[in-house]
Amino acid sequence: MQRTIQFTLNGHPVSAQVGNHQNLVEVLQGQGLFGARESCAQGLCGCCTVIVDGKAVSGCLTLAPLIDGADVRTIEEAQGEGGLDAVQQAFIETGAFQCGFCTPGFVLMTRQLLDAHPNPSEEDIRHYLSGNLCRCATYPEVIKAVRLAAKLRKKAGKD
Amino acid sequence: MASILGKTGAGQASVESVGRSIPRVEARAKVTGKAEYVHNLRLPGMLYGKVHRSSMAHGRIRGIDTSAALAMQGVFAVYTAADIMKLVPDPHYGPAFHDQPVLAIDKVRHVGEPVALVLAADPHVAEAAAQAIVVDYEELPAVFDEIEAMTSKAVVHEVLKPAGTFPDLKHLKDKRDTNIALDFRLRRGDVQKAFAEADHVFKHTFRTQQVLHVPLEPFVTVADPQPNRLDIHTASQSPSFVRIEIARLLGWPESRVRVKVPYLGGGFGAKLYIKTEALTAVAALLAGRPVKISLTMEEQFYQITKHAATLRIKSAVTRYGKITARECEVWWNGGAYADIGPRVTQKSGFTAPGPYDIDHVAIDSYALYTNLPAAGALRGFGIPQLVWGYESHTDMIAKALSIDPLAFRRKNILKNGRPQATGTIMQDAGIEKVLERLAERMQWEKPFDRGSGAIKRGRGMAIGFKASISPTTSVAIVNISADGSVMVYCGTVDMGQGSDTAMAQFAAEALGVPVETVTVVHPDTDVTPYDMATLGSRSTYHMGHAVKLAAEDARDKLMQLAQEVGLSAETTPIPDIFRRKYGMQAGNVVGVGSFIPSYAPPDAQGQTANATPFWMIGATGAEVEVDTETGEFKVTRLVNLVDVGRPVNPAIVETQISGATLMQLGFTLFERMDFDAGQCTNASLADYKIPGIRDVPAAMENEAVDMVQQSGPFGAKGVGESGTFGVSPAIASAIDDAVGVRLTSLPLTAEAVYRGLRANAGRPLED
Ligand code: FES
Ligand code: FES
Repeated sequence: MQRTIQFTLNGHPVSAQVGNHQNLVEVLQGQGLFGARESCAQGLCGCCTVIVDGKAVSGCLTLAPLIDGADVRTIEEAQGEGGLDAVQQAFIETGAFQCGFCTPGFVLMTRQLLDAHPNPSEEDIRHYLSGNLCRCATYPEVIKAVRLAAKLRKKAGKD
Repeated sequence: MASILGKTGAGQASVESVGRSIPRVEARAKVTGKAEYVHNLRLPGMLYGKVHRSSMAHGRIRGIDTSAALAMQGVFAVYTAADIMKLVPDPHYGPAFHDQPVLAIDKVRHVGEPVALVLAADPHVAEAAAQAIVVDYEELPAVFDEIEAMTSKAVVHEVLKPAGTFPDLKHLKDKRDTNIALDFRLRRGDVQKAFAEADHVFKHTFRTQQVLHVPLEPFVTVADPQPNRLDIHTASQSPSFVRIEIARLLGWPESRVRVKVPYLGGGFGAKLYIKTEALTAVAALLAGRPVKISLTMEEQFYQITKHAATLRIKSAVTRYGKITARECEVWWNGGAYADIGPRVTQKSGFTAPGPYDIDHVAIDSYALYTNLPAAGALRGFGIPQLVWGYESHTDMIAKALSIDPLAFRRKNILKNGRPQATGTIMQDAGIEKVLERLAERMQWEKPFDRGSGAIKRGRGMAIGFKASISPTTSVAIVNISADGSVMVYCGTVDMGQGSDTAMAQFAAEALGVPVETVTVVHPDTDVTPYDMATLGSRSTYHMGHAVKLAAEDARDKLMQLAQEVGLSAETTPIPDIFRRKYGMQAGNVVGVGSFIPSYAPPDAQGQTANATPFWMIGATGAEVEVDTETGEFKVTRLVNLVDVGRPVNPAIVETQISGATLMQLGFTLFERMDFDAGQCTNASLADYKIPGIRDVPAAMENEAVDMVQQSGPFGAKGVGESGTFGVSPAIASAIDDAVGVRLTSLPLTAEAVYRGLRANAGRPLED
C-alpha cells in the first residue's frame, strides 16, 4: 500500500510516496541522498545510521510510514562554515577511515556520543561505537578522531 | 604557479610528496557521505535483478518452473541458463579456468549458486518473484572436505577447463573425473637424504577454516546497454579483466565494452575477476534496459570466500636447532569454482617452507574442487594460511628442543643473498630486520610477567613473507594541462587502501609539482589504460612505476616544449610555457608509462632465478591473558612490524597495517562459516561476527621498519596484506606459552583452550 508522508529532511519540509514495506534508507534514496547505506539490513552495522527526532536509528529497520511528521537528519546536512563540523574535521585529520562506506554512520554516532559525553572515556567511546562496524577496521583511528573532535568542540565553544 | 621540478628559480629544493602523511584526496567526500559508489547509481528505466539460488550442494537440474514468478505483477522477465545461452553460447568464465556459468547449466555445484534471475522495476517485486521460482533437483553425492576431495567419487566438474592464458595449466586441459584443479610441485636439494640423516624429525598438521571478506558494500553492478556498446558500472578491483572477459563472452572487441569503477566500499580480494558483472551484463542486453544487481549481505556468503586449508609440514632438524629439510603438503579447499585458487596454490604455495634458510625442500600444493561456495584471494593470497602452519610448527619445534623461539628463528632465518626454496636469491627483504625490531619492541629478552592466580600470561611471535604475483602489467597516462594542473589516468581501484592519494603523490614527486595540483581519474576503460588488477599488494609497486614513468615522460615532453619556444622549463611557470606555445591557455602534454617486472617462470621442479620483483614481510608479537578456569583468553597487546620499503604515506601505511591485523584477528578468534550439508548456516552478520571496536586489543603498535626497495618506485613496495601474516600463529603460541595448550586449528576458541587445559590435567572433556 502506498501513502504520502511528510517530514523535515535536514531542515527542509519534504513529502514522499512510500510503501508500508519500505524502509527509511529507500526513502532517502528517493530524495537523492545515499550517505545512509544499507549493508547488513539487520540493524547490526550502523552503515544506515540516520538521526530521527534527535536520536540515532538504523535506517534499515525504520519503516517509512513511521517517519511521517519526524525531523530527519542525515550525513548530508550542511555543517556550519566550510561545511564540516568538528567531528568530520577530526575524522579527516586522524585518517579515521579507509573505504569510507561506514564513515557516515561513525560520524553521526560520534556526534551523539559527544553531545552526551563531551569528555568521553575510552570505555564511553567503545560503548557508543560498538554498534558501528568497520570492515577496514579503522577503529584505532576512530578512537583518536573522537578524542580530537572532543578537543575541537571545546575549543570552538571557548572561542 | 610552480615550474616543473618544483624549482622557482636558482635550483631551490623540489616539492617533496612521497613520504608525507597527507590526508586522503577523497577525505572530504567520505566524511560528508558524498563519495561515489556504484551503490548510489540509479539510471532512468533501470530494472533490478534478484537471483534465485540453489538450495542443493550438488544436484542435477530436472526442471525450473518460472510460471508463478512470471505471473506476478510488475515482473519484467525471468531468465535461466537457456536464455543466457541465446546470447552467449558458452557462458563459462573465470580467471584460471572457464568453469563458472553465468547461471547454472544442467547442474548446481554449491548451495547458493545462481540458477535464475528475475528483473523488475521494483526490487521488492523482483525479490518476491525470485522466491516463487521452483527448481526440481536430482541430488548427487557431494564432497566438502579438501582431503576427501583428493580421492572422492563425487566429482564437482566432469572435465577440467583451464582458461588457456596460463602455460602451467595446459596439462590439465580436458582432464576428467578429478577434483584436483592444480597440483603444484617444488623440489630442491635431497630431501630424503636429509631426513634420513636428521637428528630430529617433526611432523605436524594444521587447519584453517573457511571465512569471507564481508566488504560492507556488498557486490553491485549496473549494466547499461548503449547503441552497439555496453557500459558496465561495477564495484570491481579488476576493471580491465572485466572488460576483456565480458568482451570474450559476447564475442565483441574490447572497445565495445566500457567498465567504470568509482570508489569501492571495501574489496579485500573479493571483488576480483567476474562476480556479478557477467550476469548483469547479459541480463541488460537481453532486456534492452539498464539492470542493477546488488547482492544482500546474505548473498555475499555464496559469492566468494577464503580457502579453508590443511597444511602438513615435516622438518628435519639438527640437535643444535638448524633446520636442514622441510616437506610441505597443502590442500586448498577451493569450493565449486576455481576462481583464482590455482594461482593461490602455486604463487603462495612456493613460500610454504617459510622465511627460513633450508637446503632441502619439497612442496606439494593442491587446489581442490568441493561443493562449497568458491574460494579466491583474501588479503594475503593464501599466505596467512601458510604462515599459520609454518610458524606454529616453528614454535612447536623450538619448544620440543628447549630453544627460545627467537633464538631458533635467528638460527634459521633467511637472509638477503641466500636462496629461497625456488632458488631465487633474496634481495631487499627485511626479514631479519623485522624480526629483530619485533624482538626489541616486545622486549623479548627481558623477564616477562607470567600472571598470577587463575590468570596466566603468555607471549608469542610469528613472521611471514610473501612474493608478488608475477609477472603483471600496469599502464598509466599523465596529462599536464595548460594551467599546470595534472591528471593521472590509471586503472588502480581505490577500495580504501588510499591508492588515489599514493598515485597523486607519485606523479607529484616525479613532476616536482605540489600534490594538490594532481587529480587521479577513476578507472574507466574508455579512458584509463590497462591494469592487471588491484590485488596482492601490487599497485604501489607496479602502478607506482607506471605512473612514475608516465610522469617522467610528460616532464621530458614539457621540457622539450619549453626548449622549442626558447624557455627554461626549470625556471618558467608551467602555464607560461603553454601560453608561449599556443598563444593562450591551451594544449596538453601527455606522458605514457608501462611497467612489467622481469620474471622467470619456474621449471618442473619449481625452481627459478627470479620468482618475484619484491618480497613483503610481516611479523606480529602477541601477549595474551588466559583464564585457566574457563579457557577464556584476551589478546592484550599486538605488535605489528612490516617491511613495505619506503612508506609512500606513513599515516595511510599505518592504517593499512593495523586494519590488516585486526581483520586477521577476526579470522583468528571467531570468524568461521558453518556448514550443514553444504548449506552455510550463519550467512548474516547476526551469526557471523566480524571484529568490532570492542575487539581491538588494549595495546596495538604498528611499525614499518626502515627499508628501501631498491627496485621500487621511490623505494616503495606493497603494504595491504603484510599485517595479516603473523597474527594467528603469534596468538596461538602466546596461549601455549601461557598455559601449555597448543591449538592447531583456527579459529582459536575458549572452548578449544578449555578442552586443552582439561586434557593436560588428565580430565579430558567428552566431544
Ligand atoms: S544496514 Fe542497517 S544496521 Fe546494517
Ligand atoms: S572504512 Fe571501510 S568499512 Fe569502515
